[in-house]
Amino acid sequence: MKTIFSLFLLFSTVAFSPIIHDKGYDIGDVATDFKLENIDGNFVSLSNFKQAKGFIVVFTCNTCPYAVAYEDRIEALNKEYAPKGYPVIAIMPNNVQSKPGDSMTAMQKRAKEKGFTFPYLIDADQSIYPQYGATKTPHVYILESTDKGPVVQYIGAIDDNYKDAALVKIKYVQNAVDALLEGVTFETHKTKAIGCSIKI
Amino acid sequence: MKYLVLLLIFLNLSCKSDKKAPVILEVHDFAGVAPYLELEGSKTYVVNFWATWCAPCVKELPHFETLQANYKDSVEVILVSLDFPHQYETKLKPFIQKHHLKSKVVVLDDPDMNSWIPKVNPQWDGAIPVTLIYNKSKRMFYSRTFTYQELETELKTF
Repeated sequence: MKTIFSLFLLFSTVAFSPIIHDKGYDIGDVATDFKLENIDGNFVSLSNFKQAKGFIVVFTCNTCPYAVAYEDRIEALNKEYAPKGYPVIAIMPNNVQSKPGDSMTAMQKRAKEKGFTFPYLIDADQSIYPQYGATKTPHVYILESTDKGPVVQYIGAIDDNYKDAALVKIKYVQNAVDALLEGVTFETHKTKAIGCSIKI
Repeated sequence: MKYLVLLLIFLNLSCKSDKKAPVILEVHDFAGVAPYLELEGSKTYVVNFWATWCAPCVKELPHFETLQANYKDSVEVILVSLDFPHQYETKLKPFIQKHHLKSKVVVLDDPDMNSWIPKVNPQWDGAIPVTLIYNKSKRMFYSRTFTYQELETELKTF
């Protein structure tokens, strides 16, 4: 009986742990730091930003049309919020074997063309995006620096209109960061959007 | 002989016109697509959300076409395209034409995605492809890709 019970426990651990892992972070979780290569050849970690009040982590890439539609808005977020203590950290999560257009060289080229001022990192061994639970590009995680570490405060889309920045009604990311900077509560911690699934 | 020439001209013309048969897109916002997720006929409905820019979607699309062909009396496949409006002419229509898509294609153009994604299914995070299979007695949502065998196996549970 004991053996059967142990076997059952073993089975349930094996069967259910990947599901928990798949989910990634929820609001309030402490996010992992990382050490990923930037387009300038240096390695970047959250802990490098000693003064940061938090981070706008964006899983994005060169090849997804939704990610491309948001490039200028991601750059604008960094311009506005890096000086206020919330820099953008972009992470390219795709397997470059399946998406050569997302290679480090291609990332460097795109960043130069677009004049990105934020770090554009590559999750080269694809170990970081699953911990966050990112499933697509673009996929935003807003982290707030706390004594416990970077706490997840928002997961989802940048705003409510990928097609036209001029027609946006709700700026989800801006609203969240503004509220965090003011130290007030905010309503929308999670949103959903169509994106390109991360290529494994 | 005269008639033969006329016939040849006619055949030639009809071939050409057949080749260039215009694709007429049915474009809706979510309110317009929602009824396709709640059809009440006797068939089993297989609704696939895809786009021409989504490589895994394009890869599995032929399986939905084959399923529609093999189960034409009992299944209705509906392909909901999430292509970008500026690519309807340059990408989507040529794709439909080139691959001779027989299943019904409905185009969803509604940028306020956070408002409608949870209505399709609360579990959907927005990555595509996803597929909804439903009939009068059962409804399932799949955030995954399918081979033909997998799709047929799943269909048989309905």
